[in-house]
Amino acid sequence: MARSLMKGTEAIAEAAIQAGCKYFFGYPITPQNEIPEYMSAHLPKVGGMYVQGESEVASINMVMGGAATGYRVMTTSSSPGISLMSEGISYIAMAELPCVIVNISRGGPGLGNILPAQADYRQATSGGGHGDYNLIVLAPGNLQEAVNLTQDAFDLSQKYRNPVLILADGFMGQMMEAVEIKPRKAEDPSVNAEWALGWWNERGGKHVTIYSMHLDPDKLEPHNTHLQKKYARIRANEARFEHFMVDDAELIVTAYGTTSRVCRSAINNARAQGYKVGMVRPITLWPFPSAGYSDLPKSVKGILDVEMSAAFQMVDDVRLSTLCDLPITTTGRWGGYAPSVRQIEEACKELLKK
Amino acid sequence: MSETQVFSMPKVWNEKVHTHYCPGCTHGVAHRLVCEAIEELDIQNRTVGIAPVGCAVLMHQYLYLDMIEAAHGRAPATATGIKAVRPDKIVFTYQGDGDLASIGMGEIVHMMNRSLPLTVIFINNAIYGMTGGQMAPTTLLGQKSTTSPAGRDAKVNGYPIRMSEMLATLAGPAYIERVALTQPKYIIKAKQAVLKAFKNQVEGKGVSFVELLSTCPTNWGMRPLDACKWLEENMISYYPLGVFKDFPSSKTSADTLNGTSN
Repeated sequence: MARSLMKGTEAIAEAAIQAGCKYFFGYPITPQNEIPEYMSAHLPKVGGMYVQGESEVASINMVMGGAATGYRVMTTSSSPGISLMSEGISYIAMAELPCVIVNISRGGPGLGNILPAQADYRQATSGGGHGDYNLIVLAPGNLQEAVNLTQDAFDLSQKYRNPVLILADGFMGQMMEAVEIKPRKAEDPSVNAEWALGWWNERGGKHVTIYSMHLDPDKLEPHNTHLQKKYARIRANEARFEHFMVDDAELIVTAYGTTSRVCRSAINNARAQGYKVGMVRPITLWPFPSAGYSDLPKSVKGILDVEMSAAFQMVDDVRLSTLCDLPITTTGRWGGYAPSVRQIEEACKELLKK
Repeated sequence: MSETQVFSMPKVWNEKVHTHYCPGCTHGVAHRLVCEAIEELDIQNRTVGIAPVGCAVLMHQYLYLDMIEAAHGRAPATATGIKAVRPDKIVFTYQGDGDLASIGMGEIVHMMNRSLPLTVIFINNAIYGMTGGQMAPTTLLGQKSTTSPAGRDAKVNGYPIRMSEMLATLAGPAYIERVALTQPKYIIKAKQAVLKAFKNQVEGKGVSFVELLSTCPTNWGMRPLDACKWLEENMISYYPLGVFKDFPSSKTSADTLNGTSN
């Protein structure tokens, strides 16, 4: 497919189809409705199926059933819907089923509004539901990256048998950019016959059971240990970040997703005026890319954390990653607003004048 | 011509296990009917079962089938996900009254309404068993439970819900029947109903739903035989046995899942 101008939501949907996802379960919620709409129109053409759940609760449990067959399945929603899905996501993580979940996040808490926000960072990076589990959380910073990460999400979920969440705020979902969507080769689902439902004959007449209840602590304790070992492998191997103009920087801006785009413009402006500003942009939010902060040049005197979150939910991870060595300042907008280039540029200049 | 039949366990039963069910509980009978239906239809190798949350949560250990344990009440959604991806599989849920008629009311109504070819085995024993005898949506008026110690009061708790009748108002379902498990004459009918509910799916008809009136001697505080008697004297009058819906569905799996074969 040649480069074409696409909306973020539709680019994510097409990228998923091109990665072999033929089954989609979801419930309408703004600002992500173009994904289920796209899926309902296109999945039947590729021999797949779109099922509209009666709720996000039902949709995530449909995903659990579909994922349990070893085929690639996904759901998408926005913040309040992800809250409703969190019970099911905990079960899916516990049962170690691969699937992809997209959160085109909006302002909260509660019903909030339908405008973009980055207020779901903690929910996403803590897993969202009950129990000791983690999702792999990917945060695209532009639409081509959203396409690539959507396809990576399916590969990662298959590799680790773990749900993967794409956290993209409403701007990422609603903006348009040129993207190129290539087919991503997926393994035949029969490779999952050893654990997945419905492969009786391929398994040689043996049954499988998929469950999350282990009443015996002698079973539940080692299973949790097993999950933690898996998460440790993911931490070691899958953290991703981008360094932008970091080498001689005196101030590091840190931001993900939409805010990182605004920061990039602000940094370019500040650089043009002689201010030495760079950026660390997390691409995976879980595992958090601590390495991106641990080897910063000696010239760095401080960090500016920029988020569309009133609570600056990412800043604790940044603080831990720098071992509290650097002073951290925050700026941003929330409740449906994004910070302006001017706001970030001025904040950078103010900090560097001190 | 007389024929000697030796009683044996169905081959779908996992012979290595003993169940945790209480003495006199009719889950054992219900499990056996499911096993017999699967065996008689010769579909063990393509059946996928969904265990609920409730007393039957460990069912996946008792039946030698591909099985998954659903979240509380969500078995119909999980079944829909499996059937959407694998329309060639025979998919059933096995759910109690708390699971299906309380927390999972939304899921069962919409699954029945979509009417993908699926099978539902619904155990109605008018009480929460696993959690220790709390009031269920199907608990009878005046019936005592640990959360209705003076008996269910309609003014506070509403009336017991008749699931089969309610679901029969939907256009989608192919077959809905209520049976009982207290004595052979009822069990013979129950067996025919369970068999039909699976056979319908094999034939690609829409969703089939069998409600089995069941006993819970432990939480009813009765001996097993007294529980059977109590069920027949109290439950059947409120939950009448019979067929609530049975017509050859115009839908076949080929129509419903057009273009989704794997």
